[in-house]
Amino acid sequence: MPFIPHTPEDVAEMLATIGAKSIDELFEEIPASLRVRGLPGIPEALSEMEIGRLMSDRARQDGRPLCFLGAGAYEHHIPSAVWALTTRGEFYSAYTPYQAEASQGTLQLIYEYQTMIASLTGMQVSNASLYDGGSAVAEAALMAARAHRRSKSMRVLVPRSVHPFYRKAAVATAGNQGMRFEELGYERETGKVDRAALAAFAGEDVTALVIQQPNFFGTLEDVDDLTDWAHAHGALVIAVVNPTSLALLKPPGEWGTQGADIVVGDGQPLGVPLSSGGPYFGFMTTRMEYVRSMPGRIVGRTVDAGGKEGFTLTLQAREQHIRRGKATSNICTNQGLLMTAATIYLSLMGPTGLARVASVSHQRTQELVSALTRIKGVRAAFSAPRFHEAVVQFDRPVAPVLRELEQQGVLGGLDLADHYPELGPALLVCATETKTSADIERYAALLGETLRRAQAA
Amino acid sequence: MSQVPADRRYTRSHEWARPLADGTLEIGITDHAQHALGDLVYVETPETGRALAAGEACAVVESVKAASDVYAPVAGTVVAANTELAGSPELVNQDCYGAGWLLRIQPISTTDYAAMLSADDYAALLAAEGA
Repeated sequence: MPFIPHTPEDVAEMLATIGAKSIDELFEEIPASLRVRGLPGIPEALSEMEIGRLMSDRARQDGRPLCFLGAGAYEHHIPSAVWALTTRGEFYSAYTPYQAEASQGTLQLIYEYQTMIASLTGMQVSNASLYDGGSAVAEAALMAARAHRRSKSMRVLVPRSVHPFYRKAAVATAGNQGMRFEELGYERETGKVDRAALAAFAGEDVTALVIQQPNFFGTLEDVDDLTDWAHAHGALVIAVVNPTSLALLKPPGEWGTQGADIVVGDGQPLGVPLSSGGPYFGFMTTRMEYVRSMPGRIVGRTVDAGGKEGFTLTLQAREQHIRRGKATSNICTNQGLLMTAATIYLSLMGPTGLARVASVSHQRTQELVSALTRIKGVRAAFSAPRFHEAVVQFDRPVAPVLRELEQQGVLGGLDLADHYPELGPALLVCATETKTSADIERYAALLGETLRRAQAA
Repeated sequence: MSQVPADRRYTRSHEWARPLADGTLEIGITDHAQHALGDLVYVETPETGRALAAGEACAVVESVKAASDVYAPVAGTVVAANTELAGSPELVNQDCYGAGWLLRIQPISTTDYAAMLSADDYAALLAAEGA
């Protein structure tokens, strides 16, 4: 069977059957102004040989920079077995399989994934994964509006210390579906959510409060207090977490007296390479009472007619192939391949391995911050405890300094000028277990030289 | 043959309404509807105090094979919802005209109820549909 199903004869036959003379006549009702005649900016097609040459030329530009850039995607060591297994033919699919129950191995793997993510976040139920951290935040906001039936405002409080891309993704995805996102400032001294700004919402109808832990600055929020505040004021809590950090930090299911209601995050740190920004995967867990409001696929364990264990997609009445326009889930797939890698990564690391990764990443970051802040003109921006990222402030613009470092093969971090201009020249830096003390010394030495030259100029 | 008790009125979308002594109406789905849906696994009932227009979706019944909206047969305010169904949705299958009721509405007027199908008309409708 050919991959191009419509031969000219097929097309002519179909047109004759429906009584149209030509394809143009078929689409006549579309106004000329809405028709696209060409695709400007798209070059002519290349042959396989030409495209192979182009891609290998591009690949040579990649280099192997020493990376101190985090900001939502983190360089961790990935054991070779993770991708050797993930790319086996039996697993090698991007999506939930069609006729899912015929693929018992895949369903079992998804079930194991759900079990691990639920356990890591301290929640009762997990879906089979979402696209990425940003879209997971947007889905969590929409879910909160469905699940929290007493709240009519569809209003979600989002601290500015939440990842700026997640905030943008939430507005882009859910902003036109009636959700209102309102920003909360952060304390300039600590980098934590501004409690006075939060207190101003007391007595108002708030659907949910988003709490990112650690927040975008790497700073640890007072999650217990924030969670209790939200529940005391009738709002649900959407936790946004780094999965690696949960090996050390309290899981969201235990925040405050009741725990978070919905937990999301980006799963990239669990065995997914940086790959120029993706694909990554999002995760989402919740309490059992909200499971019917949760988007995404869910795999359940059951028994067949003979009493043998089996796995199945469950709670499908939420989904659009059954509930159509009233579906609470319009995601009829999952991020299958990346979630497979994460499951294998977690299996290999185990709780102890993951805790070591988290702990060493924290130590390296502390080492990095003290090495950088010994340099004249560099200081730490925030006083509160951190996980594996920190904001450092310079006495001059960051961008030219980063360019110089890059020429020396070092990615120094993320310039915060566009996202947080109020911080002045500020840089978000990160160190994971992949950075040695020698790497940190090299970065600090290069940065010191670069700043000294700039200060002398 | 589906049961169609004569002490209440019906809709074409297979809801029933039964007048209670306090002037409210008890609402549920018919024997025909519960049978067509199969074993229910979840019932979502509305919040007390919610104002409903006639014909507005006010509850969801979910079975292993389908999920359907339940429409308010009359305009009014929700005064009670059957909280037993949260833990025991099978009550709708076992006793759809009794313990499996979904909600109670304080109707705005008696007009909507009077306009609903009588038991005979509903039985005739089912017969015409071949049920």
